[in-house]
Parts: sequence; C-alpha cells; structure tokens
Amino acid sequence: MLLQQPSKTASGAGLVQPVPGRRRLRRPGARRDRSSSGRLSSVRLRSFAWVLPAVLLLGSFVYLPLLQNFAFSTLEWDIYSGRQTFIGGDNYVKLMQDPVFWSALGNNVLYAVISIAFQVFGAIVLAAMIEGIRSDRWRRALRAIYFIPSAISLTVAGLLFYFIYEPNLGMLNYVLETLGLAAWAQPWLGQESTAMLAVIAMSQWQGFGYSTLLFAVAIQRIPSELYEAAALDGIGPARRLFHITMPLVREMSGLMIIVTISGAFQVFNEVMVMTSGGPNNSTQVLGTWLYRNGFVRNDFGYAAAIATVIFVVTLGLALGQLYISRKRRVEW
Amino acid sequence: MVTRSSFLLSITRIFTWTFLLGLAVVVLYPLLWMVLNGFKENAELFGNPFALPVAWNWENYVDAWNRGVDNYLMTSVLVTITSTVATVFISAWAAFGLTRVNIPFSRTIVTLILGGLMLAPTVALVPLVKLFQSLGLYNTFWALLILYTAFRIPFTTFLIRAYMIDLPREVDEAAEVDGASKATTFWKIILPMCKPIIVSTVILHVLFAWNEYLFAMVFTSGTEMQTLPVGLTSLMSKHGTDYPVVFAGMAIAALPVVLLFFAGQRYFIKGLADGVGK
Repeated sequence: MLLQQPSKTASGAGLVQPVPGRRRLRRPGARRDRSSSGRLSSVRLRSFAWVLPAVLLLGSFVYLPLLQNFAFSTLEWDIYSGRQTFIGGDNYVKLMQDPVFWSALGNNVLYAVISIAFQVFGAIVLAAMIEGIRSDRWRRALRAIYFIPSAISLTVAGLLFYFIYEPNLGMLNYVLETLGLAAWAQPWLGQESTAMLAVIAMSQWQGFGYSTLLFAVAIQRIPSELYEAAALDGIGPARRLFHITMPLVREMSGLMIIVTISGAFQVFNEVMVMTSGGPNNSTQVLGTWLYRNGFVRNDFGYAAAIATVIFVVTLGLALGQLYISRKRRVEW
Repeated sequence: MVTRSSFLLSITRIFTWTFLLGLAVVVLYPLLWMVLNGFKENAELFGNPFALPVAWNWENYVDAWNRGVDNYLMTSVLVTITSTVATVFISAWAAFGLTRVNIPFSRTIVTLILGGLMLAPTVALVPLVKLFQSLGLYNTFWALLILYTAFRIPFTTFLIRAYMIDLPREVDEAAEVDGASKATTFWKIILPMCKPIIVSTVILHVLFAWNEYLFAMVFTSGTEMQTLPVGLTSLMSKHGTDYPVVFAGMAIAALPVVLLFFAGQRYFIKGLADGVGK
C-alpha cells in the first residue's frame, strides 16, 4: 500500500489541473521552485514515502540499537533478577584492566597488519602478474580460481581449515611429513603459539582473491600505452610494477587498506568456527570477546563497552575512507 | 645484450607461471579435498589425505542432507531470496526518491541512510537481541529478514543511487511530459535502465545473506530456524566424529554460490568493482 502513495502525489503534480484543497496551482516547470519549499505541503510530505521504508528500518534496527549500546555500556545487569544498575564508566575501567581485552585488541591489530601485507600489497603484485599475461583466457581463469574461496562462506572455509590443521587427519602435517619436515608438524590450532597465526593464514587464503580481483580491475583501467612506452624504453616488469602500476592504483590501495583494517576489527566468524577464542583465550578478538561476555556470561554492560571500542575504531576508519574518496573525487 | 635480456625475460616468465599455477593449486586443492572427503569412509580419512576415495559413497551426502542440511538449505534459500528482494526494492525506491524527487531535508536523509555504511553490526548486537526478544521475533525468520535488510540498505542504496545520478534527466522529463507519474517513471523507465547495477546488487546481497554468520548465530537456534553457515557448525558439534558427513555438508553449502559466481561472473566482477571502486 505504501508503494502506491507517491504515484498519486506525483500524478497530481504532473497533471496541470486545479486540485481541490490545494492552494497553489503548479505548473510542471515551477515544481522545483525554492520559494515553495518553505511550507511542507501535503504533496511534499507525501514525497517522504520514497525514503520512509529505508529510514524506518535503519532508524529502528541500526541507529536505535547503536544509541542504546552507549546507554547499556553504563549499566550493570543482574543476570538473575534482570535488574539494571547505573555504574557510569565502571565497565570501561574494567575494560582497561582486562588483559584479555588487550590481547584481543592486539590480535585485531595483528590481523590488520598481516591482511594489509597479503590482501593489499600481495594482491597488487599478484594482480599485476595476472594482468601481464597475454592470453585473455588464462587471465580470466586465474582471476576466477583465486576468487572461489571468497565466494564460499567463511564458515565453510573455517571448518575446512579446521580439518586441514587437525593433527590426526589434517592435510598440513601430512604434507610436512612427506616433505621430510616432520619436526614442523604440530597441533596448529591447539596451542597458543600458533593458533592465532593459523586462523589469520586461513583468512588470507579466503580473502586474497577478492582484493586481487579488485586490483586487476583497477589495473585494467590504466592506459596500455604507458606500459608499451615503458617496454619500448627497455624498462623491466619489476620497475614497471613499482613506477607505473603502484602509483596508478594508489587511491584504490588507500581505500583497500582502510576497508581491510575495518574488516580486521570486525573479525568474528572464522575465529568462532575454528577456535571459539581458545586455547586459553589466545585467539580472542574484540568480536568474540564481546560475544563471550554478552551471550555466554550474560554481562551485557561489559559487552556493550567492548562494542563501543569497535564502534570508535570502525567509525574513525570509515571517516578516513570518506576523506580519501572525497579527495579523489576532487582530483578527477 | 639482446640474448641476455631475453634470457632474463624467460626466467621471469617461468617464475611467474610457476608461482601463479602453484597458487591456483593451493586454492583449489583444499576445496577438492573437501569434496572428495565427502565421499570417503570415516576410517579412510585418517590414512593418506591425498588418496582418492576407495568407493564413491554418495550416502554421506544423502546423510548430511537428512541430518538437517535440508532444513538449513531451505531456511538459507528463503532468507536469501526474501531479504534480497526486500533490500533491493527498498533501496532502489529510496535511491529514486533521493535522486529524482524533491524531498524536504533530502541531504539529511542521504547522510542518514549512507551513514549506515560506517556502522559495524557487532556494535548493535546486544541491544538488538533485547529488542527482538521484546518484539517476540527472536528465533524467527523475521529476525533475519529484518536484520539482513536493514543492515544492507545503506550499501545497496549507495550503489543504486550512484548509478541513478548518472542517468540522463531528459528521460524523466520526457516521461513527465507524457503524463507519467513519478511511480510509473520509476517502475517503467528508471528501474529497467538500472538493470546492470540491480544485477550487481542482487549478487552482492545473495553472497552476503548466504554466508552471513554473526546474526544467524545469535538470533536463531534449533534445526528449524538455522541457516547453512550456523547449521554446519551444529552438524559439526552433533556429528563431530562422523567427519565425512560434515565434509559433505560443507560441499553442499559451498556449491550454490560457486555456481552462481561462475554463471554470473561478468556481473559479479562488475558488482564488486562498483562496491569498492565508487
């Protein structure tokens, strides 16, 4: 029903007929007249119907919970009685003193750093290598193959690598033993020293094809004359990569770095599936630590405080991204 | 001099190809391993992981299907289709309003809608659980439909709006002169013209909804309401010793999106490029 409203509105405005109850007769050309915008006529009010579904959904299920989260973070919830007590900044003080929070934050940072290395810089080099291939068919095939892990879910990829790392039936230790490196075989996800890196490695396997594809698209936009001229001047592939490709995909890289960091601070799925934050909390990230406190320990106030940290970091990065894309738009 | 540089060039080429093909094996082999393990007997898994199955046991796939994967798949299909339709229509509707209708405070509304792009779902998680519990929507299909739609409207509107801005104004004006209402212009003229971006956003949303884990895990429980990603983890915890069935379940979950990717590769790549490139 809602969908019908603007049609009446607009057809009324489109037909040049005096409609009873409307003070001003509008000619089509006068519709965007600024002088009429001061008064919210029923016609203009009804034009809200276009954005109403989106605004209502976002308002109730994105913005309202977001605001509530700040309020929640100042409360202490009693699990049994459900009573809420205002405790001000105590949850944040607790956060500062929580060693697992800091190690989780550290894991998010580690995630971001490694992902930038592989999924931004690695992906640029890889995309340049692919785009350097002469055969169109091979280019397309390789891009598609590398992308497959990004199409399957992180859950499937996570479970798959859970089995690959598994000490008894896993592929990784078997490969190492076959190569004569039996000494390197270990319970990858079962010990604190390797668990986080093992999870991050899976995530690189899953995600590098996605960014490679994006960089490949960006590289395709570079005029081929630049490469041809460089090749004529006897400039080798490595120098072409550093002096042509990299500078020309710089904006894309800046964007991807921010997207990657932001993603690294929202990591949840793969950690949950592979280790649930263990062993001994060594693979906790902010997302899983929030989940554990909120939904396993039912400490909603504390979970909300962790959520605020995620909010501040991701919003800051998003504003940075906005700044970069604004700047780029001006340059173009 | 010439021979030396051409020698270097061929070395580079050999290295490049070895690397690229090696990487393709690293990507494809684990996936092949997953599919093959779905055909093996449990005992075979603990032998040589590179061996082919002794016999091709389709039963594991049937077993996985009967142990809940059928339900998970149905839920996933239902949630994916409904939330895709809802998200794309509401977003296209809003994008049209924001680019082609004179709405009061439209700048504020644009900021409000696109600002949602910056918010991580995790941040709203705790209050959302409380909200859905009080609405009586916890552990229902509606919870996922609403969440998947609400959280993806900003991104989808962003893409469609960017596309609509570039469409020529003359089209609307011609329609208006012919007496078409705004709604008719939207359905009959602008929406069909937006087909490429609509296809991209549909693909991006399907990929999101099919693979989403956080909301699905927190807001649903039990075989009836769980989607594939969450269902797979419960299949794992329930039948954790019957690994081939779990492998079969994973293969079943992965197959539809991989097929979708190959079927719509062209749109897919364009969609992804639009998603970040704009």
